Amino acid sequence: MDDIRVESLTKRFEDVVAVDALSFTVPAGQLFGLLGPNGAGKTTTINMLATLLRPTSGLAEVAGHEVGRERDAVRRSIGVVFQEPALESKLTGRENLEFHAMMYGLGREERRARIEEVFGLVDLGDKAGVLVEKYSGGMKRRLEIARGLVHRPRVLFLDEPTLGLDAQTRRHIWDYIKKLNREHQVTIILTTHYMEEADALCDRVAIMDRGRFVALDTPAALKDILGGDVVSLEVDEGAEALLGELRSLDWVRKGSRHEDVLHLTMERGERRIPELVAFAQARGVVVSCVNLRKPSLEDVFLHFTGKTIREEDATATDRRRRRFRGHGGRT
Amino acid sequence: MSARTAIYVLWLRALKRFWRSKSQIIGSIAMPLFFLGFLGLGLNRMAVPGVAGDGNYLRFLVPGIIGMSLLFSSTFAGLSVLWDREFGFLKEIMVAPVSRLAIVLGRTAGGLTTGLIQGLLLLAVSVILGFRIPGAGAFFLAFLFMVLIASTFNGLGLVLASLMKDMQGFGLVMNFVIFPIFFLSGAMYPVKNLPAAVRVASYVDPLTYGVDGLRSALLGVSAFGVGLDLAVMGGGACLMLVLGAYLFDKSEAV
Repeated sequence: MDDIRVESLTKRFEDVVAVDALSFTVPAGQLFGLLGPNGAGKTTTINMLATLLRPTSGLAEVAGHEVGRERDAVRRSIGVVFQEPALESKLTGRENLEFHAMMYGLGREERRARIEEVFGLVDLGDKAGVLVEKYSGGMKRRLEIARGLVHRPRVLFLDEPTLGLDAQTRRHIWDYIKKLNREHQVTIILTTHYMEEADALCDRVAIMDRGRFVALDTPAALKDILGGDVVSLEVDEGAEALLGELRSLDWVRKGSRHEDVLHLTMERGERRIPELVAFAQARGVVVSCVNLRKPSLEDVFLHFTGKTIREEDATATDRRRRRFRGHGGRT
Repeated sequence: MSARTAIYVLWLRALKRFWRSKSQIIGSIAMPLFFLGFLGLGLNRMAVPGVAGDGNYLRFLVPGIIGMSLLFSSTFAGLSVLWDREFGFLKEIMVAPVSRLAIVLGRTAGGLTTGLIQGLLLLAVSVILGFRIPGAGAFFLAFLFMVLIASTFNGLGLVLASLMKDMQGFGLVMNFVIFPIFFLSGAMYPVKNLPAAVRVASYVDPLTYGVDGLRSALLGVSAFGVGLDLAVMGGGACLMLVLGAYLFDKSEAV
């Protein structure tokens, strides 16, 4: 059973194509990541799936309901944590959740129980009676995540859930997200432009650039596309001869030498290190230093787009500025 | 059922917001009070031509200033969609499984209530200052006109919010919509003192009939007759609310 089904979904803002014929599915219970720089079209995709924006063309189903025709059915099935805070600052934390629970038609008893439960989940119980205008950024984020769960949605959208938060709060939120997904079987669609976030959380990741998916797979499989880990060996002498012999091994995919350091690409590098050291010793070469580098999603992004995500962020900001000057669009 | 709950909770939120923004309450009461106090005291000895009854300017001014207070508070309440959009809370409302009509009704109910609280407070202060309400019937008729004025301008605020998209045009709306409606309405002087050409604009200004209705209820004098005032304000309120709700429904949430 797929909780999300998208077929050639497109959103055009005047002359800008923000989302360009996306097609994908997300099975129930999966933690699915949309990874990409600012302006890649992640938020626009989420807004369409959450019924807030009408697609220009294409089809999208959430929890079995079509987002254009069955808006209320979709709205009942989803929770959304938006990129920018969407809280009423003149209400307390509890009042914000009560507002939400009533908008979703929960009865009094159910409301009380659920609100207590989600406050516990995000460790905010002691701040429930405080006006949200007094909350810190991290507390607001946690409150919004809690709010997204009050009505037990089947699908939860998290748009950049940890943007601008400190490292400790980010870790906390990662833990909540994992817990939700595992213990409550919530299907989660998460957008991020942090590589490590996608890597740490997601079952599957779509790398998005300029409104399209450039790759879609598990984080491990995406990194495998790069051919595996890079093991670097620093040797005292005979580097060139050793490199020639290493290259003939069938599990060494690539090899290069930089002065006394050999860079070898292989799968599961950590398991090959003892073998590599023994191999060198048997040929009378002393290995003085070993280094293992696992490819990151950053490398994957670079591989597919020829740019780092940071460079993309910069050009996306430029593009957006140009657009804002023109007619105030949104990314 | 769930629509009723949604209307209730949106109304409750507007009230809590209002109650917790003390400086805003004080500000919204103070401005009309200053108008009432300074204009009333300053011009009370002057014979303003066309002021009916005993010619007491302060008495003449009270209904006008109540109309002004309702105009400002209700238009702002309608425009508060823009604030909610700016601060993100609109998305929380729009993504909920609630009909768009219920959202408009809930917001309007909240705007009406807070606007009427301010209007009634002003009336109470006026009574303390010496204004006399003729009787219970007069009070209820005045209250009906207050509801109609508040509804009309809540609707207008909603229409403007749907056309504006962000807060940048707020100054323009203030100067070119709200203040002209106020000055043209005859809140401060009888409309018939205006030149004929300007008077035409007064006659299409709904607040003109609202203020005249308040005067007919509270002072027993009316330029157009209470029947016409009721008809115009009732029609205006319905039209603006329906138009506001329609445009709100059409506008995209993000």
